Amino acid sequence: MKDIVIEQYSSIIMGKNLYQKVWDEHAVGVLADGRTQLFIGSHLIHEVTSPQAFGMLRDLGLAVKFPHRTFATVDHIVPTDSQEQPFEDPLADAMITELRKNVAEHGITYFDLASGMQGIVHIVGPEQGITQPGTTIVCGDSHTATHGAFGAIAFGIGTTQVRDVLATQTLAMEKLKVRRIHVSGDLRPGVYAKDVALHIIRLLGANGGIGYAYEYGGSVFDGFTMEERMTVCNMSIEGGARCGYVNPDQTTFDYLANRPYAPKDTEWDNALLRWKSYASDSDAEYDDVVDICAADIEPTVTWGISPDHGIAISEVIPDPEKAKTPEERESVLEALEYMKLPAGEPIKGTPVDVAFIGSCTNGRISDFREVAQYLKGHNVAEGVTALAVPGSQITDAICKKEGIDKIFTQAGFEWRAAGCSMCLAMNPDKLKGDQLCASSSNRNFKGRQGSPTGRTVLMSPLMVAAAAIEGEVADAREVFEVSDQKESPHPRSLN
Amino acid sequence: MSIEAIHQVSGTAVYVPGADIDTDRIIPARFLKCVTFDDLAEGLFYDVRFNAEGEPVGHALDDSRFEGASVMLAASNFGCGSSREHAPQSIYRAGFRAIIAESFAEIFFGNSTGIGMPCVCGSAQDIQALTLAVEANPQLSVTINLQVMKVSYGAESFPITMPDSAREALITARWDSIGELLENAAAIEQCAESLPYV
Repeated sequence: MKDIVIEQYSSIIMGKNLYQKVWDEHAVGVLADGRTQLFIGSHLIHEVTSPQAFGMLRDLGLAVKFPHRTFATVDHIVPTDSQEQPFEDPLADAMITELRKNVAEHGITYFDLASGMQGIVHIVGPEQGITQPGTTIVCGDSHTATHGAFGAIAFGIGTTQVRDVLATQTLAMEKLKVRRIHVSGDLRPGVYAKDVALHIIRLLGANGGIGYAYEYGGSVFDGFTMEERMTVCNMSIEGGARCGYVNPDQTTFDYLANRPYAPKDTEWDNALLRWKSYASDSDAEYDDVVDICAADIEPTVTWGISPDHGIAISEVIPDPEKAKTPEERESVLEALEYMKLPAGEPIKGTPVDVAFIGSCTNGRISDFREVAQYLKGHNVAEGVTALAVPGSQITDAICKKEGIDKIFTQAGFEWRAAGCSMCLAMNPDKLKGDQLCASSSNRNFKGRQGSPTGRTVLMSPLMVAAAAIEGEVADAREVFEVSDQKESPHPRSLN
Repeated sequence: MSIEAIHQVSGTAVYVPGADIDTDRIIPARFLKCVTFDDLAEGLFYDVRFNAEGEPVGHALDDSRFEGASVMLAASNFGCGSSREHAPQSIYRAGFRAIIAESFAEIFFGNSTGIGMPCVCGSAQDIQALTLAVEANPQLSVTINLQVMKVSYGAESFPITMPDSAREALITARWDSIGELLENAAAIEQCAESLPYV
């Protein structure tokens, strides 16, 4: 009894973080095994991880409980040279056909190819205003953490869990611990949200976030646009954290205003009051706190086969002989053997075959605008295949309206249609042989970009553009003469 | 819906080397072009098992000494990366019923528990000793006991860990949570109505 009183008293005097507040509001009850039955406010689905779930529903004779809480689009398998159907790949065509059948049968909102609103599921949700503060959002895709940028608890799930959400709008979940990652100071010119993400993963490791939700904060995040916040939250899973979020603020509300699914009129005023209340209290408790100085972050690139294999562009490729443990030595050796990169040499100057700008990490309008403002007057190096793949049809349309696509094509990029494309190469956009790709995507795993021997070097979109122009891994600050004297390359009004 | 309680898993084992084995490695993306999980076993670790001509390159999973293994041994952060349930499904459909590793990525762990394939953690040292024993005697029977949280083989044994809720779900036949989630329909409706958004 005494314990209970103390606990209740503590909850009054101790502040709560956003994760706790949203969790508590969505807890339906406690299951027999001790897990919480958590209500899922918004469910996003796509063609790769949902068909089996609908099949399971059919086998069990179950219906979709709240069809209006699920939203679908098609992204992974869509060809980007032409979205015309039938697709050349009959398997891809069968998958989109299956998705159409399932959404029609269950009355689910679907942003199809002809809608003008199709795109990567993590770009479509925010664009439509479906992603909102204080909500729980899941999708059968690990980059669902992207939506945490709005102050939502958002995380990726497996297909059996997609079935659970379709059938009950709930999941059996274990509560995570919360780690506050505080990035203070100002980013230097030419350093982007992507570099912040790669830097954090490098510091904390690819498995450092297991068991945690990451709360990102500090002056860097306060100053970030929503799209920059999304880039960092997106890569939480690359650091092992299933979920990452930023507290909602005026930047969040400004982004959401007038989006199709955002509240309107008096509902908007009520929503604003509510949304503000979800932000972590100033005296909120955390299970762990990490402080990072923004000025320490350089343009960062990966050299290996795990997202935590990151180094600053000015650094040299690690030497296995300098490893601190035998395990580290083995891991560096394996990575260098796969990447065919020389230990101890600068990463700068590594020849590049393919350049890819796109993905749910860096395929948003601000990514293309940012690169476009530097790309004019430059040309992609001979022998380099350069792809620009907008993350959504809306992003594509805005780029075309602003003439951004022309800037890219004049520089020698191929301008493609919306989709996941070469981030995971489930469509025809694949590396060949051991081609090396400078990529704005999120994973440099072995074989990730479609060739079992293909090599990926992760970096920011502007660094990809620099690599495309130089034909080798380059420092965008030098290629584009980004200096401290110039205006900040972080325009704040891009949403 | 009747599901089985899983108290223990016994069988021969095989070690899959390497830390941070990601789900793209476990099942390359091109094998995800399917609308059921039925045929996923053939894609398991495909790109590290076969060369461009489709010939085996000598991976442990193709070593006849370990044929029929049902326990997979691995290093740390196994199953990191994508949330694709295709990864544990392909392992399960290739005949595995449990995985012992130093640690697991979270989504992979949950997906595995949800299909009744226990993932338990042991120390690097213990897994190494077990791997050596299995290499020496591929027919060695390895038992994972979730009641006492121990792995035993021959005369040896070592302690293992797993989150209590997952262990509880497995040994009380609740690892497929759908039944229990459906039972609370009234509470779900109540929560849905209390939420201030659609």
